[in-house]
Amino acid sequence: MFGKLTMSAMPMNQPIVMGAVLFMAIGVVVVLGTITYFRFWRQLWSDWLTSVDHKRIGVMYIILAVVMLLRGFSDAIMMRSQQALASDGGAGYLPPEHFDQVFTAHGVIMIFFMAMPFIVGLMNIVVPLQIGARDVAFPYLNSFSLWMTISGAILVNLSLAVGNFARTGWLAYPPLSELHFSPDVGVDYYIWSLQVAGIGTLLGGVNMITTILKMRAPGMTMMRMPVFTWTALCTNMLIVAAFPVLTVTLGLLALDRYLGMHFFTNAAGGNPMMYVNLIWIWGHPEVYILVLPCFGVFSEVIATFSGKPLFGYTSMVYATICITVLSFTVWLHHFFTMGSGADVNAFFGITTMVIAIPTGVKIFNWLFTMYHGRVRFDTPVLWTIGFMVTFTIGGMSGVLMAVPPADFVLHNSVFLIAHFHNVIIGGVVFGCMAGYNYWFPKALGFKLDERWGKISFWCWLVGFYVAFMPLYALGLMGMTRRLDHMDNPVWHIYLMVAAAGAVVILCGILAQLVQLYVSIVNHAALKDVTGDPWNGRTLEWATASPPSFYNFAETPVVLSRDSFWDMKRRGVAFHPPVHYHRIHMPRNTGTGFILGVLGGVIGFGMIWHIWWLVLFCLLAGLAVVVAHSFDEDRAYYVPSGEVAEIEGRHFQQLMPQAGD
Amino acid sequence: MSVEFVSLVPCRACHRNSQATLPASVKRGVDASGRYPVRGLRRALSVAALLGTAPLLGGCQFALMDPQGPIGAGEKSIIILSTVLMLIVVVPVIAMTLVFAWRYRASNSAATYTPEWEHSRGIETVVWLVPCLIIAALGTVTWISSHRLDPYRPIEAAAKPLTVQVVSLDWKWLFIYPEQHIASVNQLALPVGVPVKFLLTSSSVMNAFFIPRLGTQIYTMAGMQTQLSLLASKAGDYRGISSNYSGDGFSDMHFTAEAMSGKDFAAWVAKARASSQALTLASYRGLAQPSERVPVRYYSSVTPTLFHDILNQCTSGAPCRDAAMNMAMAKEALGSSFRLCTTTNPMGMNPIGADPRGMQ
Repeated sequence: MFGKLTMSAMPMNQPIVMGAVLFMAIGVVVVLGTITYFRFWRQLWSDWLTSVDHKRIGVMYIILAVVMLLRGFSDAIMMRSQQALASDGGAGYLPPEHFDQVFTAHGVIMIFFMAMPFIVGLMNIVVPLQIGARDVAFPYLNSFSLWMTISGAILVNLSLAVGNFARTGWLAYPPLSELHFSPDVGVDYYIWSLQVAGIGTLLGGVNMITTILKMRAPGMTMMRMPVFTWTALCTNMLIVAAFPVLTVTLGLLALDRYLGMHFFTNAAGGNPMMYVNLIWIWGHPEVYILVLPCFGVFSEVIATFSGKPLFGYTSMVYATICITVLSFTVWLHHFFTMGSGADVNAFFGITTMVIAIPTGVKIFNWLFTMYHGRVRFDTPVLWTIGFMVTFTIGGMSGVLMAVPPADFVLHNSVFLIAHFHNVIIGGVVFGCMAGYNYWFPKALGFKLDERWGKISFWCWLVGFYVAFMPLYALGLMGMTRRLDHMDNPVWHIYLMVAAAGAVVILCGILAQLVQLYVSIVNHAALKDVTGDPWNGRTLEWATASPPSFYNFAETPVVLSRDSFWDMKRRGVAFHPPVHYHRIHMPRNTGTGFILGVLGGVIGFGMIWHIWWLVLFCLLAGLAVVVAHSFDEDRAYYVPSGEVAEIEGRHFQQLMPQAGD
Repeated sequence: MSVEFVSLVPCRACHRNSQATLPASVKRGVDASGRYPVRGLRRALSVAALLGTAPLLGGCQFALMDPQGPIGAGEKSIIILSTVLMLIVVVPVIAMTLVFAWRYRASNSAATYTPEWEHSRGIETVVWLVPCLIIAALGTVTWISSHRLDPYRPIEAAAKPLTVQVVSLDWKWLFIYPEQHIASVNQLALPVGVPVKFLLTSSSVMNAFFIPRLGTQIYTMAGMQTQLSLLASKAGDYRGISSNYSGDGFSDMHFTAEAMSGKDFAAWVAKARASSQALTLASYRGLAQPSERVPVRYYSSVTPTLFHDILNQCTSGAPCRDAAMNMAMAKEALGSSFRLCTTTNPMGMNPIGADPRGMQ
C-alpha cells in the first residue's frame, strides 16, 4: 500500500535529527497558528497562493530563499562545528552517515533552494518593471514554476523526518549514487526534489526570455535595456539551455535506480564518467546562472548610488554575452584529475581563464562608474564594494585552479571549498543582499532599516573572511573536503577559527532578520511615498512603491538608456497621465498551486515506490490542466475609473515631493 | 619559543621519521603516538602558526608548499607563478576599488563629479587589454605546464621506473608490486629517486589517489585504468589520502607513503615476502568487502592476473570484460558460424581436430 514507506522511516532513535524535525514542526505549527489566529487563510489563498502577479510571486520566491538559507546555514554550522570538534582525534558529534547527509543537503539546498529562488525572485519582481511590462508573458506558468520549486524544497526538508537524504555529495556522482552503493531513499529524494524543482526553473526561464524579448515598452531597444534585464536575459537563456541536461542526467540515473538500467553503473557497460561530464555541462553554466543576475544587481546599484550612468554599458553587455557563451565551454575543469590528456586539460584550462577577461572588464567598469561620481554608502553599496573586493580574490583563486597542474594538487581540497564560497558568497549572496536591500522598498513600500543592514553587512563580510581564509590555508596543507573527522592537531586551530567565522556569519543572518523585523515595526517612518527612494535611473522607480498590480497605468515610452533618469531630467517624471485607459489583466488561478502540490506528491510517491499514488496524481494533474485549458475567463479589464482612483492616491501622496 | 618551532625548525621536522631533529623542548610535548596532546602549548604553537606564518605560507605544515618530489615542486612553482601574475592586476583593482569609493564618497564635495560621463575609449581599451595580456601569459603557462606535468608522462630519471598497481577498495588502499610479486594494504613503499609509475583502478566507487607532498592526485574508477608518475626525492613518511568522497568510511581512507633508500626498500620487499598471507582471487574477494581503518597488511605473493581481473571486473568469476569484448568483436568480424575458443572447446577457431601448435 505505501511502497517502501514504513514507520521505521522516521529516525526516532536519532536525537539530533528528531530535534531538528521537532524544531521544523514547531515552526510550521506557529506559522499555521498565526495564520489561523489572524484569520488570514482566505486572504492568503486569494492574494498569495493563487496570485499570478509577478511581484507577489517574486516575494514568495524570496521568502522561500530566506527560509532555505536558514536551513542550509544550520547545515553549514553543523559541518564547521563537527570538523572543529573532530580535528583533534575526537569523534565530534555527527557520525559519518549523518555528516554525509549534512554536506550533501547543504550544497543542494544552498544552490537549488536558496540561491536559485533568490535570483529568480529578484528577476520576477524587477524585470517586468524595468522593461515597462504589466506582468510576465505567462503569469499562470509563473505561478506553476513557483509552486514546483516550493514542492521540491519541501521534499528535501521532508527527508529529514521521513527517511533520509542522499549521502553522496551535492552532485551525486555515480557509482556511489547507484542503487548498489546507495540502496536507501536518500538519492531518490535528491533526484525527485531536483526534478520537480527543475521543471519549475526551466519553465520560469522560458517565461522570462519571452517576457524580455516580447514585452518591452515601446522604444526600449535591446541596447537600451537596463543591465539587470540584460543579465536576466542571459541567465534565462543559460537556464533553458542547461537545465534540460540536468533533467536528462538525473532521469538516466533514475532509470538506473528504478529500472535496473546501466547508464552510469560499473557493470554491464555503464560509464560513470559520462554522468560526471553531463552533470558539469549543466553545473558550470549553473554558477553563471547564479552570478550573472548578481552582476546585474551590482551594475544597477553602483550606477544609482554613484549618481552616474554605468560606465561602458556596451562593454558590459558584450562581457555578459561572452560569459554566457563561454560558460558552456569550460565544464571539464571540474575533473582535470580524471586522466584526460594534456591537450584536453590545457584547452579547458585556457577557456576557463578566458572567462576571467569579460569578468575583469566588468569589475573595471564598476570601478569607473564610481570614478568621478558621488558615491552614497547606503547598504546596497556596501554589499557592492564588499563584493568587488571579495569576488576579485575569489576570481583569482578560481583562475589559479584553472591551471591544470595547480588543480592537480588543489582539486577537491578545502582550498576549492574556500574558492567557490569566495565567489558564491562574495558574488551571489552579496548580490542577493544588495538586491534585497535595493528593491525591498519597491516590492513592499518601505525601506529597510539602514543600521541593522550595515551591521548585517559587516558581520557577513568579516565572518566570510574569518570562516574561509583558514580553509585556503588548510587546502595548501593538503586537507581534502568532506572529512567527518581527522587527526591532525595542526589543522585544529584553523578549523576552530573557521567555525568562529561561521558564528560571525550567523550574527549577520540574525542581524538581517532583526533588520526585517525592525523595518516592519517602523514601516510608517520608513515608508517610500515617491516610489523612487534612491534617486533611481531605471523604469521600476517610475512606479509607486509597491507598484499597483498592473505596474504602469500607462505604458512608458523609452527614449534612452536609464529612461527614468531621462524622464526626471526632462521633467516628465512624477506626472499623472492625461487620460487613463482600462487595463487588461490576468485573473488569479489556483491551478499552479494545485499542480505544484501534485508534483510534490508525485515526487514523494516515486521516492517511496507508492505507484498508485503516482498514477493517481499524474491523472489528477492531467485533469486539472485540461480543466484549466477550458477556462476561457482567464483575464479581465480593470476599468479606467479604478485605475484613475489608484493612481490618484499615489499622486496625492507625491504632491509634497513633486514640487520640483 | 612557539614561533621558533613554526618558522625556524626545518621542514623535515614535520615528518615522522625525523622527529629526532625536533628541539628537546618541543619533543617533550609529543606523546607516544607521535601526536601532540591537547595542551596550551600546542594551542599557542598553532595560533602562532596561523597568525605568524600563514600569510607567508612558510610553515612546513603547508604540504603543497613543501613538496618532496619534482612533480609537487613543479606544481608549487606553477601555483606561485600564476598567483604572482594575477596579483599584477588584482592588487590594483582592489586598491582602486577602495580608493575610488573613498575619494568619490558623496560627502567629499572637493572631488570631481561628472554626472553624465559614461564612456572613454582609452579606458575601455585598457580594461579589455590588461586582462587579455594577463590571460595570454597565463594561458601560455597553462599550455606548457599541462604538458610538462601531465600525470601520464613518464618522469625522466636515471633509475629504471618502478611499477605499482593501485586499487581503491571500500575503504582502504591496495598496492600491488607486479615486479616484486608482493602487495600491501594501506602502506606504500617507494625507493627514493626512482620514478614510480602508478596504474590505478577502483574496486567499487570513485576515489582519488593523492600524496600531497609528492604532488598530483588522480581519480580511481572501476573498470577504468588511470596512470600517474611520481618521484620522491627525499626519504620520509608522507601522508596519502583519498581525495574524492567515497562513502561512510572515506575519512579514514588514508595510507602512508614511505619513501626510503634502495636498501631499505629491498628490506621492505623482503619483509612483505616473509608475510604468511598470499593475495589470491579468494583472499582479494574477502579484502574487497567494505571495512574501515584496516591496519597495514602485507602479501607475500599475488595472483599475477589480479590487477587485470579487478580492472576487467572478473574477480567474481564472471567473464572478463576485455575477453567478452574481444569475443564480441570477433563474432562481429567473423560471423556467427565461426566457433570461438571457450573452456569447453579449447581448440576454438579450428574445430576439426587440428594441431594446436599449428595455430601459432
